Amino acid sequence: MKIHEYQAREIMSKFGIPTNHGELARTPEEVKAIAEKIGRMVVVKAQVHAGGRGKAGGVKLAKTPDEAFAVAQNILGMEIKGLTVDRVLVADAVDIETEYYLGFTLNREDKSVVLIISAAGGVDIEEVAASTPEKITKVNIDPTVGIQDYEIRQAVYMSGVDTSKARAIASFIDKLYDCFMATDAEMAEINPLVITKQGEVVAIDAKMNFDDNALYRQKEIAELREAGSELDEYEVQAKEEGLTYVHLPGGNVGICGNGAGLVMTTMDVVKRAGGTPNNFLDFGGSATAEGVQKALIAVLRDPDVKGIFINVFGGITRTDLVAQGIVDVYDKLERKVPIVIRLTGTREELAKEILEGSNKPLVFVDSMWAGAQKIVELINAEAAGA
Amino acid sequence: MGIIVGNDTRLVVQGITGNDGSFHTQRMLEYGTNVVAGVTPGKGGQVFEHDGHSIPIFNTMIEAAEETGANASCVFVPPAFAADAVCEAASAGMDVIVAITEGIPVLDSIKQYQFASRFGSVLIGPNCPGIVTVGECKVGIMPAKIFTPGPVGLISRSGTLTYEVVNALSEAGIGQSTCIGIGGDPMIGTTFLDLLVEFEADPKTECVVVVGEIGGSDEEDAAEFVKEMSKPVVGFISGRTAPQGKRMGHAGAIVSGNKGTADSKVAAFKEAGIKLADITMQIPDLVKSVL
Repeated sequence: MKIHEYQAREIMSKFGIPTNHGELARTPEEVKAIAEKIGRMVVVKAQVHAGGRGKAGGVKLAKTPDEAFAVAQNILGMEIKGLTVDRVLVADAVDIETEYYLGFTLNREDKSVVLIISAAGGVDIEEVAASTPEKITKVNIDPTVGIQDYEIRQAVYMSGVDTSKARAIASFIDKLYDCFMATDAEMAEINPLVITKQGEVVAIDAKMNFDDNALYRQKEIAELREAGSELDEYEVQAKEEGLTYVHLPGGNVGICGNGAGLVMTTMDVVKRAGGTPNNFLDFGGSATAEGVQKALIAVLRDPDVKGIFINVFGGITRTDLVAQGIVDVYDKLERKVPIVIRLTGTREELAKEILEGSNKPLVFVDSMWAGAQKIVELINAEAAGA
Repeated sequence: MGIIVGNDTRLVVQGITGNDGSFHTQRMLEYGTNVVAGVTPGKGGQVFEHDGHSIPIFNTMIEAAEETGANASCVFVPPAFAADAVCEAASAGMDVIVAITEGIPVLDSIKQYQFASRFGSVLIGPNCPGIVTVGECKVGIMPAKIFTPGPVGLISRSGTLTYEVVNALSEAGIGQSTCIGIGGDPMIGTTFLDLLVEFEADPKTECVVVVGEIGGSDEEDAAEFVKEMSKPVVGFISGRTAPQGKRMGHAGAIVSGNKGTADSKVAAFKEAGIKLADITMQIPDLVKSVL
C-alpha cells in the first residue's frame, strides 16, 4: 500500500528522524499563508501516488509568498500519471550542500531486509543502480537478529558519504530501520538525505510503501489507504466485494477462474488464441456457485467485455452446482454476452447437460485451450453479426 | 523414492482442529500419509479420529516430536500465527515444514525462513499447495486423484495450475515421482533451484517440469543450474500478458520496473536448453520427446 510524502514524513518523525519543516495545503491561499509563516524560500510539492513528480512539473521553488500562491495555482489540479493533484506540501527550501540516498527495502533473492545507501542522491535511484551500480552500497540485514552497529558502519564508510557526518548519518540509518520494521514497510526511503550549507543533516523527502498482508496489525497505516490511488473504479468495487481482480483496460475477454497461476495462464492462452484479456479475476481455491456469480457480475461491469471465459480446475468441486449457479445468474446479468465454461471436478457430465440444456449462450468445453479458442470465435462471430 | 517426503515421513499437522486442517488431514490419511500427531494449543489430550485412525493432539510441537518421533510438519495455522508455528516446528527438529497458509506478513516470512534455515529445516511455502511423492506421501492440499506414479518431477509456484499440468501428464500416460508447489509469495523457503538439485540426485526422476511465473528471479537462477544437469527439463512461464506493477493474485507475482518479467524468464529458460511450452497443453508432448 502506498502513502503520500507528507504522511511518510509524519511517520518518520515519530521515529525521531529529522525532516525539514513542511505543512500540507489544499488551496493556493493556504500555500501562501504557510509560505508567509516560513518566511523564506519554500518548495511546493504535489502529493500524489506517483513517481517522477519533479519531471512532471509537480515540484517548484518559490521565493516569495505571492510566487508560492502562483506556483500552487499551477500544481493544484494538474494531472500526474493520470492522478489529479488535490493537495501540496509546502516546505522550507533548505540550502543544499550535498544530497544522499538512504533506504530500506526487502531483498527477495536473499530473503532479508536490505539497507541501500548512496552518495549519489536526489535522483532516481533505479537509474543510478542501472547506470552506475558502483555508486550504490547494499547491506543485507537479518531481521531475526536486527541491524548491527557494524552493518551501519559498513554502510556509512563504504558508500562514500561525508564521514565527518558519520555519526549523524548512522543515527538516520538506525532510526529508519526501526521505522521500517515497526510499521511493516515494504520500502522506506529518504531521497534526498541532505547535508545543508549550515552543516545539518536532514531528510527533505520521504517515501514509504507497506505490506498489505500486515495491515491487520497496522491499523493507523491501514486508515491512510485512498481509493483511486492505485486501483481504478472497477478494481475498487471488486475489492470491496472481496474479489481478487486486476483490470486490463481495453481488453474484450473477461476471465475468471480459481487460483492465481491458472487465471494468469488463462489470460496468456486467450491472448494466444487471438483475444485480449480484459481482467484477471481469481475467486479462490474452491469454486462455489455464489463465488462464480459474484465474479460474473464484476467482470461484466466494463462494457468492453464482449465474452467471458470461466476456467475452473477443481479437485472435489461439485461442477453441477457451479453450472447451475451460472444458469441461475445469467438472466439477472445486466448484459448478455457469450460465456465459455471449462469445469473439472466431480459430476462433469451433469454440469455439461445443465449448461447445454439451458438454451443460453453457455458453452461447456473440456480444456483451457479449447475454451480460449471458443470464446474468441464467439466474440468474433457476434462482432461480424453486428 | 522421490524427494523431500516419502514412506519415512512422520507428519504432524499444525492446526489440525481448524476447518482446513481437519479436512485435509482426512484427505492425507486417505492417501496413506503417515500422520502421527496434530498440534493445536489448548486442545492437547484430544484425539483426531478418521477412518480407523486415531491421531493424538498435543499443545506444543516439542511434545508431539518427543511422543511420536515426528519428522515433518504441515502448517494450517491462520496468517497472524503461522510464522510462530513454523519457528516452533523448526525448533522441535522437523526436517521438513510445509506452510500452506496464505497471507503471512512478509517480514514474518523472512523471519520464519531465517529461523528454519538455522535449524536446518527445509521450509516449503508459505502460500503453497504442498508436496506429493506419488504413491507414498501427500502433504498439503493437492487433490490425490490427478497423480499417477512415474518418472517426472514437477515444481510449480502455483496451486491449481500445478493440478492442471499434473492432470495433463497423467491423462497422457506420463506418471510423476514428486510434485511440489513452492508457493506464490515473494519470500518462500525452498526454491526451484533447491529442488532441481534434489531431482538431479533422485534415481526415480528422469525428467523435471518447471512451471514458473512472473516476479522475482528464481526461474533465472534455476536456469543457470539446468545448464549443468544431466536430466532434461521442460518449462512453462505464466503471466506473459500480466501488466507491469500489478500483483496477479499471488503476492509474489509482480513485475517491478524491468525485474521479474516473463520475457526475462523465457529467455533464461531457452538459453539453458529448457524445452519451453507456450501453452500448458504442450507439456506432455515435450516431456515425451525427452524421456
